[in-house]
This record gives sequence, structure tokens and C-alpha cells, in this order.
Amino acid sequence: MTKVTMTINGKSVSRDVEGQTLLVSFLRDDLHLTGTHVGCDTSQCGACTVHVDGKSVKSCTMFAVEAEGAEVKTIEGMANADGSLNVMQQAFQDHHGLQCGYCTPGMVMSATALLKDNPKPTEAEVRKHLEGNICRCTGYHNIVKAILAASGQDVSAIAAE
Amino acid sequence: MYAFDIERPTTVADAVEALKADEAQPLGGGQTLIPTLKARLAAPSKLVSLGNVKEMQGISIDGDTLRIGGATIHATVATEARSRYPGLARLASKIGDPAVRNRGTIGGSIANNDPAACYPAAALASGATIITNTRQVAADDFFLGMFETALDEGEIVTAVSFPIPEASNYQKFVQPASRFPLVGVFVAKFADGVRVAVTGASEGGVFRWTEAEQALSGTFAPDALDGLNVSEDGMINDLHGDGEYRAHLIKIMTGRAVKAAS
Repeated sequence: MTKVTMTINGKSVSRDVEGQTLLVSFLRDDLHLTGTHVGCDTSQCGACTVHVDGKSVKSCTMFAVEAEGAEVKTIEGMANADGSLNVMQQAFQDHHGLQCGYCTPGMVMSATALLKDNPKPTEAEVRKHLEGNICRCTGYHNIVKAILAASGQDVSAIAAE
Repeated sequence: MYAFDIERPTTVADAVEALKADEAQPLGGGQTLIPTLKARLAAPSKLVSLGNVKEMQGISIDGDTLRIGGATIHATVATEARSRYPGLARLASKIGDPAVRNRGTIGGSIANNDPAACYPAAALASGATIITNTRQVAADDFFLGMFETALDEGEIVTAVSFPIPEASNYQKFVQPASRFPLVGVFVAKFADGVRVAVTGASEGGVFRWTEAEQALSGTFAPDALDGLNVSEDGMINDLHGDGEYRAHLIKIMTGRAVKAAS
């Protein structure tokens, strides 16, 4: 066992973990932060996407000990301080960017990382960015629309499709 | 996964020391190794993470070459190499997906030598030098076959040094499920000639298409490839494409890379 200490959603957390403990297992099983989902467990689907030091990563393909000293943000840390949905989360609700909801935490984390680097992406850039996040319900249209809306762009033209 | 410990040394010397343990294995960004461990295809006693080794991080210009530390992630190459070596930056920007590019490293890609990895094509086409903790190896002597390199047990790729070409381009015909190239071709034009490296196609891993290099060194235009054909002998045959298809794609992707680079 190795002791790891990291900041998760603003709170410092220390635990003993085994070398092979994945970051996603640490979040879900040790800390009960079950908002981060395991979809494929083979780094294809992106349901487990979280932010480590501000960068999106697949938490099923990173060990917990590799996040030693890091700032980790999960879907549980995304809401506004008063508990209301943040701009991205609200946009997903407003534009029906989710159906079963399984991929949604990863989608929101990935989309948030995109807007941090590229505040006004084109539709093509949004679609390209989501290559590593798979959704089997929506057909992506409404997810893309939600992300463009969250970036403050007019999505009425896309709504006509 | 089988159980193992992880060490996180901060210097190359400490990493080399840690790798002397029985069944110890280096861990780069883990984007290939972790899935391999999950499938129980590897059973190390200990992983030595290279992510904390500062001297293996980042990009620097060294004369007319671009030196990239072995632990540098693809996302960093995609942004920071753009002004000096745009062909290489573009290749890095298309590996996997954004989250994979935030973890995967150039050293890991080069050392693993997956027959469909992107970076080996850039290294071979650029005539790069692979720098390890003990020596420097020319890319021509480094990639020995599918998942096989000149690396010795416990040897670490600490950096890769790329001569910067006058013009370059990488064309990747994506296998959409894996995002690896079904065929990828890197073309690099230097003052003294053109180099063409092909990944994804051959059972022997990355290789140089020397006939195309000779033709393109004469005339750097897609037409120069007219009349050339790649043999399907030794090409990968799988459910995504047979050898004949891959051989055909090599010529097509080479032509596109030359057009994009000219």
C-alpha cells in the first residue's frame, strides 16, 4: 500500500491505496464519488473523464498514485456554489443533451475542458473534441448543441436540423 | 490486474536504479500499458512511473533539431512544436483523443513500437535520434519489428531529437474504432532528399518506402509516384483491411502527404 494525497473538488484527501488501484476505482470505491462512471474500462468511451490539474483524462487509464499532489475535479465538483447546475450542466438539460445519462458526466467534463482552451469552438471543433466520448442514445446532435449554447453561441440554426 | 507496486522517481538515475528490480517495467503515460495490464497480458512486480522525471519533460530547440523529452505528452507537442515543426505537431494533435493526448507520451509510443503507432513514422521519416539513458540510436537502427526496438532491458527513452525538415506532412487513414492509423504515411523533405515512413501497414512495423523516397527526391510532387506500386507481401491482413488494400493505401496516403506538404 502507498499513501496518496490529492485535492478532490477542493478538499484534501489522503488514503492508502494499492499500486494497481485506478484513479476511477479510488474515486468511486474508496471515496464513493460515483458520479464518475466506468463505461468500457478500455479507454475508449470517456464516461470516466475527470480533470487532473485542469486537463481532461480518462480516470480508468491512470493509477491513483499517479495523481499524488494533483488537483482532481469530478462531476460532483461542477455545480455552482449554491448547488444549482452550472452553465454547461444547465445547457445539457435545456438542449436535451442526455437521455440515459450514463455518458453525461464524462461529456460535461470533456466539454468543460474544451471551452477552457477554446471558448468559442465551431460545431466541427466540438465534434472533433468529442472523439473520445461515446454516447449511444443521443446521436450527439443535442450534446453538440448544448456545448455550443454553453459557449454563448446562438444555436437556433442547429435546432432546425 | 495482477498486483504490483508503483515507484515515482524524480531523476533518470533513480528510475534506472528502480528498474533493476526483477520484473520491473517502466510506465509512461500508461495509455497502452494500463489496458495491457487490465487484460493480464503483462505481470510486472513493479512499475516505475516516469511522469515525475523533470529532465524528461518538455521541448527545446537544439541547433536545427527539435528535442522532445521522453515523458512529454502528445498535447504538449501538438501546441508547443507547432511553430518549429508543424508536421510533427499536427501528427501529435491527431493521436487518440484529447484525454489520451493529455496522458500518452512520446517516449512510451517510441519504446512500445506498436505497428500502427503514429510517432515511429515521424521519427523514422525525420531521421530522428532516439536518446536513452545510455546511448543515442538512429531511428533507422531503433525500430526492429512489431513491438520490437533496439532498447535493452531497463533502458529508458529519455528524449527524441528530430532534425527539422523544410516541409513535411503526415496523412493518417484512421481505423475509426481504435483511432490508430489503418495506414499512416509521414513525408519529410530535407535539403539533401526526401524520407517517407509508413506505419500501420506492415507486419514488420514502421518502414521506409525507399522507392518513393528516390522518386520524390527527384521531383517533389504526387505525380512522381506514378508507376510505383507497393507489394502486398508482408502487409497486415486483418478484419479492417487486407494486405492489398493497405498496400494501395500507402501510395494514396503518400501522394496526399506530398500534396499537403508542397
